Amino acid sequence: MKKGVFLALLVSLAIAAFLSPFASTSPDGLERVAEDKGFIHLSEGKQVVKSPMPDYVMPGVKNETTAGSLAGVAGTLITFAVMYGVGKIYIRKSRRVGGRQ
Amino acid sequence: MHIPDGFLDTKMIAASLAASAPLVGVAVARTKKVFDDRQIPKMSVMAAFIFAAQMVNFPIAGGTSGHLLGAALAAILLGPWSAVLIMTTVLIIQCLVFLDGGLTALGGNILLMGIVAPWVGWWVYRLLAGKSTDRTRVLGATFLASWCSTIAASVVGTLLIVFSGYVTINIALPAMLGWHVLIGIGEGLITSVVVAYLTQVKSELVFQNQKA
Repeated sequence: MKKGVFLALLVSLAIAAFLSPFASTSPDGLERVAEDKGFIHLSEGKQVVKSPMPDYVMPGVKNETTAGSLAGVAGTLITFAVMYGVGKIYIRKSRRVGGRQ
Repeated sequence: MHIPDGFLDTKMIAASLAASAPLVGVAVARTKKVFDDRQIPKMSVMAAFIFAAQMVNFPIAGGTSGHLLGAALAAILLGPWSAVLIMTTVLIIQCLVFLDGGLTALGGNILLMGIVAPWVGWWVYRLLAGKSTDRTRVLGATFLASWCSTIAASVVGTLLIVFSGYVTINIALPAMLGWHVLIGIGEGLITSVVVAYLTQVKSELVFQNQKA
């Protein structure tokens, strides 16, 4: 299984790096409806947080495609690491509390 | 389908948080049973795959795009409660790190993509696939479950915005359904291809939940 997980992570990273530049830039279903039905303006300038990589663009990288791919790779690794970390911390806790295993 | 800041009023922000937070809590408690050293890497890589796949918007008709949710995929392969945690993790990272989906809409986005989508996908899958290990039946069930998960998420998303009072249901719902009927086909195709591949190389991963 470990090999399978590793391969699947590689595939995910490849998707983020090499497929994401080909992603359609058209509005998605919800954005399109918001545009057509006249409520897209509600979202303009309403973002309440600042983010390190807004809109999947790695800051400080000039080439747009590269910036997107790097943000995708970073996000994929962050997601893997966060889920893994949450799981590990949680297991340790539940073992201590529940005494399982 | 990520709802941005501004599309939900205070009442619906509160309502969606009130609905999603306890269910995520239940997911955390329920996954305790399956959270072992083998499940964690699978859940992590599923989350990573869903994050990456969600970046790849595919064009549908008329200058509109859609992307995989992956909720049905996660539910079919790892069970619905694990899927809730996986989707919630992905949505929080997308919101905080990439500004995809508003912070005020996070409860709403978790509700529709993190809870409704995996559960609808799971229910439809179990209804249609039953305990069968017949490949054709499993893949047919996978396609329809994925399609339904997208439709259900889009309906709940529409209702949140409608109840916020920013658009009426008879204007928003047909438009949302019109696009998501098509986006759901993409969801169904991608999910079926992934599941079809896994039935070839790692069939027990696909069929382990059939026993439950």
